[in-house]
Amino acid sequence: MSSFLKHPLTLRLLSVIIAAGAWEYLGRIPISPAFPTFLQTMSALGGMIADGSMVSVYPATFQPLLIGLIISSILGIACGVFMGLNAKAEWFGAPVFIVLQSAPLAALIPLLTFAYGIGLTSKILTVCIMSMPVIVLNAYSAVRHTPTSMIEMGRSYLGSSRQIILKIIIPAASPVIYAGLRLGAAMGFIGAILAELLITPTGIGDLITYNQSIAEYDKMYAAIFSIMAFAVIFIEILERTEYFFFRPDKRVTQ
Amino acid sequence: MKLFGIKIPMMASLIMWAIIWEVVGRLELSILLPPFSNIVMRLFEIVPTATFFSAFWITAKCFIIGTGIAILIGIPMGVLMGRSIVFDRMMLPWVNMFLSAPLTALVPVLMTLFGFGTKTIILTTVLFAVWIIVLDARAGVKNITPSLVEMTKSFQANFWQAFTKVYVWAALPEILAGIRLGAIRSVKGVIIGQLLVSVVGFGRLFELYSSNFLMEHMWALLFVLFFFAFLIAEGLGVLERKFEYYAASRN
Amino acid sequence: MSAVAEAVSTDKTDIAVSVNDVTKIYPGGVEALNDMTIQFPKGELTSLLGPSGCGKTTLLKIIAGLLEPTSGSVTVNGKNVTGPGKERAFVFQDFALMPWASVLRNAAFGLELQGVAKSERHAIAEKYIDAVGLKGYENLYPHELSGGMRQRVGLARALAVNAEVLLMDEPFSAVDEQTRRKFQEDLLTVVDDEQKTFIFVTHSIEEAVYVSQSIALLLPRPSRVSEIIRPDIRRDISPDAIRRDPVYLDIVERIWKGLRTYVE
Repeated sequence: MSSFLKHPLTLRLLSVIIAAGAWEYLGRIPISPAFPTFLQTMSALGGMIADGSMVSVYPATFQPLLIGLIISSILGIACGVFMGLNAKAEWFGAPVFIVLQSAPLAALIPLLTFAYGIGLTSKILTVCIMSMPVIVLNAYSAVRHTPTSMIEMGRSYLGSSRQIILKIIIPAASPVIYAGLRLGAAMGFIGAILAELLITPTGIGDLITYNQSIAEYDKMYAAIFSIMAFAVIFIEILERTEYFFFRPDKRVTQ
Repeated sequence: MKLFGIKIPMMASLIMWAIIWEVVGRLELSILLPPFSNIVMRLFEIVPTATFFSAFWITAKCFIIGTGIAILIGIPMGVLMGRSIVFDRMMLPWVNMFLSAPLTALVPVLMTLFGFGTKTIILTTVLFAVWIIVLDARAGVKNITPSLVEMTKSFQANFWQAFTKVYVWAALPEILAGIRLGAIRSVKGVIIGQLLVSVVGFGRLFELYSSNFLMEHMWALLFVLFFFAFLIAEGLGVLERKFEYYAASRN
Repeated sequence: MSAVAEAVSTDKTDIAVSVNDVTKIYPGGVEALNDMTIQFPKGELTSLLGPSGCGKTTLLKIIAGLLEPTSGSVTVNGKNVTGPGKERAFVFQDFALMPWASVLRNAAFGLELQGVAKSERHAIAEKYIDAVGLKGYENLYPHELSGGMRQRVGLARALAVNAEVLLMDEPFSAVDEQTRRKFQEDLLTVVDDEQKTFIFVTHSIEEAVYVSQSIALLLPRPSRVSEIIRPDIRRDISPDAIRRDPVYLDIVERIWKGLRTYVE
């Protein structure tokens, strides 16, 4: 009995039930007229999925998000790896990204809007500036911290520089590079939603602000719930792809 | 990097970037980039003004209160998760979820519940910072050598004693790392909160400058923000490195 | 018995590796090696034994071509060493296995880097995986193996490239004591079978006496070869008997007396 109670799945389910129950309770008090109950939110979610109004907004949110993430992944990993391998590039580039990583880059959004208008370009760039620094810095430090003995091994068995980079350094760095991609994707989601709330309401951001403005709070909450769930699932899937492509050793033990 | 046999510190490359910026700015390639020197002059012009100071004060207040709340909630929660397997299994999925969820989507909720003021901004800051602090404190406690935990138990320490006298100290390196990462996220949260609320602090200044196309003002403001963000991150980084000996001698 | 061992060693006067007046000063001014000269006979296992700080690992890495000497030279089979080479293979203290590659790929990795075709290099690697006693483990990953088994993979990788000189950097130091003894016994078999030159860095006196045909005793500050010892122990008796053999114990004792002043 106690082993059943302590089982991870039981506890996870229990904690979801407690959270949903607390939400329902707070909604029924109610703590605020703008706070729908859990059940109201879920039924609004069901309704919006059924009538297609939820699904139809997602492409608009995804377009800048995916384009932005692809750009910052490719560019970011390339920059980071190059900086990790080349001392001159490191000297020139690393400080900029160190500053940018700690900086609140969201503050650049008004500038981007000013320069590129309220269209797709600004939104893509928002996703890029939010997600790129962490991707670059992770790739850079992963490459810099490849175990010395692993590189010595490659050299002592006469690997060419190309072989050592492709067969040793990159695979050895892949877990940290992937961690960077995960963090970058999370920041990218933050950026994509921020762009929709701040620049022009489109996609899921539009669904949130529109329902907020007409006081349909259950629909507003449902929209927020869906994008958060979506982000979490997206990042989970991203994590799985690492095992699939780079780390067969982890795949075996799963 | 070395040049003519002299080692040049890494951060010196930022000077190079400033020069490039100045040149690009002088060439007037983009309205986005006014010359670097103009921005610096503008910086000295706006920083002493009362509007700037009040915006800065609101931001600093929100940041400090928000980060403080995040630390006060985050560390005990993380320590508890590290020590109790039941609590850990119940809370970890939520922590991981909020760590990768787009928290900006929650700001409209905070605005409807708490209004367009500092309360919303502080809560946004907490929401951005707290999860990484929890996760790192938890990792720190999980990394404590088992014999240290057993020692605590063998001397019959109660939970409060164990928490304040052993666990927090033994997990200090990770807790400090969590606070640093939390503070970096806090800075982002406090700015995002102000951008969305947009009627107080820097949020209002952003609105003002961008609606009047004041590029140099905008950049000057950003420089101040980036500088302080960097200072906070590096300052906490120095603190963290001071305690690194700790992690090495712990095992 | 000792007369026989002497006779065997004088037969093999060929020198495989020769270190001539090598000095190594690290950036920052730390002097790791000072004018070191030493020769390693072909087909034998020579240990570099000494307390920490005597430069034994530095010397090994210079022979491997992984480090450049500040002055002096190293020749392998009469040719100057300018970098890593095909005739030398390295066994690493921390194994240096790639966690994302199977035992088979790790063991074949030296050949993979040389561009040997997949089927061929796998066949060769399988042979050596078998030789080090890991048959059946080809498709496992390093994290599924014990420390001792991981180092066997490292040894198989070194043997697979068929180098004449094997350089082993404290290969058993990260392995527990029981595994280590078994490993030492197996190493003696490999030395007999392979007809290669082994240079073996260790800080364990017992290990050096047990596995080596000759021991170069290195001392620190300034680093130098203080003595070459040929432990003339009987090899025709069981491993356990060797470890109780008075000759073996005397040599261990003698080396310890020479070293103890350097241990704080």
